[in-house]
Amino acid sequence: MNKLKKYAASRSGRDTLLSFGIVIVAFVVVQALVLTGGISSSMKGLLVPICAYIIMAVSLNLTVGILGELSLGHAGFMSVGAFSGIVVTTSLADTIPSGVVRLILAIIVGAICAAIAGVIVGVPVLRLKGDYLAIVTLAFGEIIKNIINVLYIGKDASGLHFSILEQKFTLDETGSMIINGPMGVSGVEKLSSFVSGFILILITLFIILNLINSRSGRAIMAVRDNKIAADSIGISTTHYKLMAFVISAAFAGMAGALYAMNYSTITAAKFDFNTSILILVFVVLGGLGNIWGSIIAATLLTLLPELLRAVNSYRMLIYAILLIAMMLFNNSSLKERLLEKRAMKQMEKLEKHDKEGA
Amino acid sequence: MSFLNHLISGISLGSIYAIIALGYTMVYGIAKMLNFAHGDVIMVGGYMCFCATTYLGWPPIAGVLLAVVVCTVLGVVIERLAYKPLRMAPSLAVLITAIGVSYFLQNAALLIWGSSTKSFTSVVGGDPIQLFGGQLTITRVTIVTIVACVIIMVALTLFTTKSKMGTAMRAVSEDKGAAQLMGINVNTTISLTFAIGSGLAAIAGVLLCSAYPTLLPTTGSMPGIKAFTAAVFGGIGSIPGALLGGILLGVIEIFAKAYISTQLSDAIVFAVLIIVLLVKPDGLLGKHVSEKV
Amino acid sequence: MKKSLSMLLAGLMLVGALAGCGGDTASTDSGDSSASGTAFKIGGTAPLTGDAAIYGNAVARGAQIAADEINAQGGIQIELKFEDDENNTEKAVNAYNNLKDWGMQLSLGSVTSKPCEAISTDINTDRIFALTPSASSVATTEGKDNVFQMCFADPNQGTASADYISEQKLGTKIAIIWKNDDVYSTGIHDKFVAEAKAKGLEIVSETTFTDASATDFSVQLNDAKSKGADLIFLPMYYTPASLILTQANSMGYAPKFFGVDGMDGILTVENFDTSLAEGVMLLTPFNADATDDKTVAFVEKYKEAYSEVPNQFAADAYDCIYAYAQALEAAGATPDMSNEELCDAMIEQFTSMTFNGLTGENMTWDSTGAVSKSPKGMVIENGAYVGM
Repeated sequence: MNKLKKYAASRSGRDTLLSFGIVIVAFVVVQALVLTGGISSSMKGLLVPICAYIIMAVSLNLTVGILGELSLGHAGFMSVGAFSGIVVTTSLADTIPSGVVRLILAIIVGAICAAIAGVIVGVPVLRLKGDYLAIVTLAFGEIIKNIINVLYIGKDASGLHFSILEQKFTLDETGSMIINGPMGVSGVEKLSSFVSGFILILITLFIILNLINSRSGRAIMAVRDNKIAADSIGISTTHYKLMAFVISAAFAGMAGALYAMNYSTITAAKFDFNTSILILVFVVLGGLGNIWGSIIAATLLTLLPELLRAVNSYRMLIYAILLIAMMLFNNSSLKERLLEKRAMKQMEKLEKHDKEGA
Repeated sequence: MSFLNHLISGISLGSIYAIIALGYTMVYGIAKMLNFAHGDVIMVGGYMCFCATTYLGWPPIAGVLLAVVVCTVLGVVIERLAYKPLRMAPSLAVLITAIGVSYFLQNAALLIWGSSTKSFTSVVGGDPIQLFGGQLTITRVTIVTIVACVIIMVALTLFTTKSKMGTAMRAVSEDKGAAQLMGINVNTTISLTFAIGSGLAAIAGVLLCSAYPTLLPTTGSMPGIKAFTAAVFGGIGSIPGALLGGILLGVIEIFAKAYISTQLSDAIVFAVLIIVLLVKPDGLLGKHVSEKV
Repeated sequence: MKKSLSMLLAGLMLVGALAGCGGDTASTDSGDSSASGTAFKIGGTAPLTGDAAIYGNAVARGAQIAADEINAQGGIQIELKFEDDENNTEKAVNAYNNLKDWGMQLSLGSVTSKPCEAISTDINTDRIFALTPSASSVATTEGKDNVFQMCFADPNQGTASADYISEQKLGTKIAIIWKNDDVYSTGIHDKFVAEAKAKGLEIVSETTFTDASATDFSVQLNDAKSKGADLIFLPMYYTPASLILTQANSMGYAPKFFGVDGMDGILTVENFDTSLAEGVMLLTPFNADATDDKTVAFVEKYKEAYSEVPNQFAADAYDCIYAYAQALEAAGATPDMSNEELCDAMIEQFTSMTFNGLTGENMTWDSTGAVSKSPKGMVIENGAYVGM
């Protein structure tokens, strides 16, 4: 008990508990609403994408916030996870009837494939710095999109068939296309659910928060704060950079598999530069390195355009204005003053309390 | 002969990328920010010129001037309202704000001009020039674009190296604090940079729409990203780098389409970019900044 | 301290947002009950913003004109609502759910193919009948008994185009330029190639473009030119097509151009030099210059309201609403029927009825949801369509 109290009192401990607390409370409230029918179908439809975006934001925060490298191609890893996940669930549809098992397999395979992509991208990319690194991640994101766009995968009695650029194989009559080049995937079984999204968020939080508070996490932050100093005390910067990057990619892959299984159709074009930017907006608005900030920003900014549907054609215009306003407020002196004022009030309260106690 | 045809298309496309990239590079050099709204300023320039020549019946040159004036003012206003309050904020905050501005411009354009395609009348008239008995055709827009690109680059280089304002600009880009101590008005200098960058965007917009004559609210976004890539390719912050990067990117894009695969041309362009950056991590003509302890 | 305060603020915002949604639900619930009175609620998702906004807005406007006309007649009353889907599958599902909350009884699906595929699964499980004006891919209707199309399915257009070209001997060496990240374009291309082979047409050049490279077609045109193509098949929408025509002209290359229904609208592009489109052939079900009363009235109204010439998307949407009105009347449906009841009634009506609209006479639907109407071959002469 004492140990827990001590943990809760420490800064990082408080953050961790807070993150879990918020997520679990939110889940219970929303799940109760879903079960009692107190939530509109538009909100219900948003639950799984919000879960996927939260995981995306948290994982990108590991690269941008904790490792301190700007990545503009995070959607590429999501794409890898999504499509590899779909190949798994579709090709195993006959062997494993249970949807849950297939979803878990899809998420695991999605994570592994995205992690492999992460290594392939990370090894060259992490040699670069700053905006050059950012543009190369953008480039890799676009390359991944382009390649999946010309990928044909089909399945028939004799197994899986692959080809690139054009469909070079013919399927027997039992066969069907899984990925049909630029036309993407059609007729995906919807296996994702809010519960699976929630569990995935918990796993993500558990692993990433533990990583941040571990020896490796401190090493990663040391690399971010001062690479040369970190080098000089014997931290292998390449190793830790790659580690953070690959873990981040793996979680993006999981989010991708979760996301893809929520829609009956998906194309590579969905995971483009704009999606990468969207995730980055979540991370920056939520605060760099601030995990629960990412969670809240991802939720809010996914809900916002839907809540603005009432204003019709002005919807995206107002969204843009709100986004600018939020960024300006986040960095304004007004916010600082408000925070100071509040801090002062609390101090006074505490002092008063102390006096009364005495 | 088809090789020459492709080469000319590539240089023409690349020159437009280069003019846009020059705007990116100028702003980046001074404000150290990636101005993602730059592509949308291009679109505004295109629409302005379109309105002036089509609705008001102005001569093309007046349309171009109007576009330049409007975009210059727009650039300064955006800088004052959206970026200036964030001068002390982390650079990523400014990046996200720039994305917000980009959304804003696109959607405002959608509301003002509607969603339907407008066909842009080229500001450069006249028949294309036929060489070698019609086997090689060069449009007049291509020639104007290439010439404009070279003139702009030379003018900018002269401006930044010879004029007083240009020197102030370079000083601010080296060290803001020290520049201020030397009596340079940093705010004015940054505004001026945005004004020049946005004015260039207007010219790029007019040339882009003249060469590829469709105008939509999203017209600027893809060339914007490509030009940003070009700026980094050549070494961001370097004026000749932007020119070189832009033209190379255009030529590689066209050659990849022509000789390898139209389906994978984007992937090939980006792959070349990655390879170049791995060999030269600061871009082709970028300055190498060594880290200090 | 700073952190916990901002967390508090954010938390409050979040609760506010969720509460806002709760509020929405309450109001739509009450809306549901009050709606069970006078008007049929027809909803559709459409790209009202973003790069496909041009099609979304055309559909929303065409449908609105039809709904206003029908409502003015005093019989069946229609309440129409479009939600923005930005031509994005995820947003389309959100928009569709929003319409469900609004109490949608009949759906117009989505305007574009991929979003329509995404929501058609939901439409099928929710038992809401859908008639999409323009989502033409096969996967939209495949395996769903309650999703119908007003436009031709993509494969039909590809096959019909190849047949037309070979029957009329329009060209011997054919080049195709298609958009390979687009379902519509790819679908037509694939069928066209298959049918062209069967008919012995020679395809000399096949080149592609994507969203990211839709500005410059010099390579594709040079390729076609150097291989001596005398006809270029353009299975795409008219925005890139207008660019191709302009670029071909500036290269001094003048083959025949053959388009599909997406090409319709090319003459309405503002400020487009229509002389460039001279001699372009296309298959389209709708012709804004037709002289029959229906078309003339529609075009006039549309021009008056939105000051532009309607394209085929607007006409398809207009027909959708009229087809609904006809089917509802024939079924004797009333606005207080549930969506399940309406769905069954509509499936029955649509598979048995014949409909005359702007985009075709004697249209019928089979049980897969595909429409049967014959595309008209048109050629552009003196800036107007002329039947071939």
